[in-house]
Amino acid sequence: MLARLCKINFVATLLEVRDLRTHFHTSQGIVRAVDGVSFDIKEGETAALVGESGCGKTMTALSVMRLVPKPQGSIVGGEIHFQGRDLLRLTEQEMREIRGAEIAMIFQEPMTSLNPVLTIGRQITETLEAHERLSRDTPEARALELLRLVGIPDANRRLSDYPHRLSGGMRQRIMIAIALSCNPKLILADEPTTALDVTIQAQILELMRELSRKFGVAMMIITHNLGVVARYADRVHVMYAGKVIESAGARDIYQNPRHPYTLGLLHSVPRLDQPRKAKLDPIEGQPPDLWNLPQGCSFSPRCKFVIERCKREVPPLRDIGAGHRSACWVAETLSQGKVSSS
Amino acid sequence: MARETAIATKSFSGFSFLKGWAGVALHFTRRRPLGAAGALIIVIMLLAATLARLISPYDPLTTDYAAMLQAPSAAHWFGTDSFGRDVLSRIIYGARTALWVGFSSSFVGATLGAIIGVASAYFGGKVDLIVQRFMDLLLSFPLIVLALVVVAVLGTGTVNVILAIMVPMVPRCALVVRSSGLSLRQTPFIDAARALGFGHARIIFRHMLPNVMAPFLIMLTAFLGQAILLEASLSFLGLGVAEPTPAWGLMLKGAAVEFAETAPWMAVYPGLAISLSVFAFNLFGDSLRDALDPKLRVS
Repeated sequence: MLARLCKINFVATLLEVRDLRTHFHTSQGIVRAVDGVSFDIKEGETAALVGESGCGKTMTALSVMRLVPKPQGSIVGGEIHFQGRDLLRLTEQEMREIRGAEIAMIFQEPMTSLNPVLTIGRQITETLEAHERLSRDTPEARALELLRLVGIPDANRRLSDYPHRLSGGMRQRIMIAIALSCNPKLILADEPTTALDVTIQAQILELMRELSRKFGVAMMIITHNLGVVARYADRVHVMYAGKVIESAGARDIYQNPRHPYTLGLLHSVPRLDQPRKAKLDPIEGQPPDLWNLPQGCSFSPRCKFVIERCKREVPPLRDIGAGHRSACWVAETLSQGKVSSS
Repeated sequence: MARETAIATKSFSGFSFLKGWAGVALHFTRRRPLGAAGALIIVIMLLAATLARLISPYDPLTTDYAAMLQAPSAAHWFGTDSFGRDVLSRIIYGARTALWVGFSSSFVGATLGAIIGVASAYFGGKVDLIVQRFMDLLLSFPLIVLALVVVAVLGTGTVNVILAIMVPMVPRCALVVRSSGLSLRQTPFIDAARALGFGHARIIFRHMLPNVMAPFLIMLTAFLGQAILLEASLSFLGLGVAEPTPAWGLMLKGAAVEFAETAPWMAVYPGLAISLSVFAFNLFGDSLRDALDPKLRVS
């Protein structure tokens, strides 16, 4: 009985990133774009990676794909376990078989992420062909099925169209169709809606959620939009200066943020459930230069709750109960009430 | 069901493809009459070369010692040479040699160059550095000198001439295509292709090469004129096509030394054929470049 219960509650971990470090060599010195990032994504789960520009979100995703731009960037340490295999130990050929087939990626710029000289149909069948997933149907039939799946009207005609005839939202749908074509286990979506109109954003996100549920695909949505996180993510990982600083369930992080940075982010977004005259409370200062990080906690120069210890020691990401993890020395004593009184 | 739709889309696109080409040709003629004139001369040359057997009045190889060194007349429009061969027929057949050598050497040269250029841009880093220095090395020789070296090593003959003309074309095309390839390398869809797990060969051939079609076509047409000129030069120097094959450069060679004053038609007409064809290819190539260059395009 107990075993059975455990089985029901047990969802296998799909992706396990441990202490990932990706560095860039620049003229200013070594940039620690990803500096000891750890997180898990369970099967079928939608995780969000949140943070401002340049905090290492995209580099984390590219590291998982092992597509960090060479020769400036390189993964210098850590482990990335995907379905029990350490991706960092695979050969380039083995990795190529995983890209697109097991882990797919959707990029920020739908306008330029499709090859302008190939037809839509060709670009979808190309992926099937590359991964030799053609056994059941003809590739054209599968392409048609995928286009219908992502809600492209008049899919038949669209197969022989070139990308320039489609709008941004349509192109992002095509990107989703390509990403889904080989039935991947995980989709990394790097700001999939940032370049789109607000009305289209919701459509695309809704489509992604629907399809990920339908096919049981896990997703990692990279975004700086907290609204997206609230609606679509199961779990949230907040990044700051190359580190994950807070990790919790989506609901939990809104109701009970345990890191001053997350708190600051939440207070700098206008909300409908607050009085109209309530002032926004932006985070003071600028994010630090990644080649010149302050000693101790990277957020300490901007933090309202800073204590002496923050400036000396880097706080580790630690469990503070109920699957909630925070990298703050004063995580336990933080509360939203405190920020409004200060 | 799916098969039917596939066939339907194919025939549909095939039809619009044909219609599209006629439209493009008409548009090109209107916008760039000079280029169209060049294209017309090229088409005439192509027709002459393919229909040589039907339209040439005499056999280009038959000697007629009764009709040596005759001036242009009704029987021999462009006169005859020192062996009594009809100059017009030899020019018509010469178009075959010129076009065959010109097309094959520039096509192979430009294609190899494009592949090297794109691959060099795609891999970047050390590969790019090494390939580019090697191309620079080849570029440091003038066109004709490099071609002479190749002929000197391989010997004369049509195939060797094609090789000789092809070799100096490769680095020139590689250089131009590489620069387009470099900007292409930065575009997100190449990153997307890598994220889909495509191999290097697939990305280079299927995804990058079709995108450098414009510079490739421009280089190809530019090479065609040069290749014809180069073939004529090599033949003139006695390092190209061998007698008795009708070739324009060869006809000049036979005429220039002894008969320039006594039978000028022997040199004038093949010379005109060379100039006209090179001129036509250059006109067409220039217009094509303007038409394909988005920076010069007025929409």
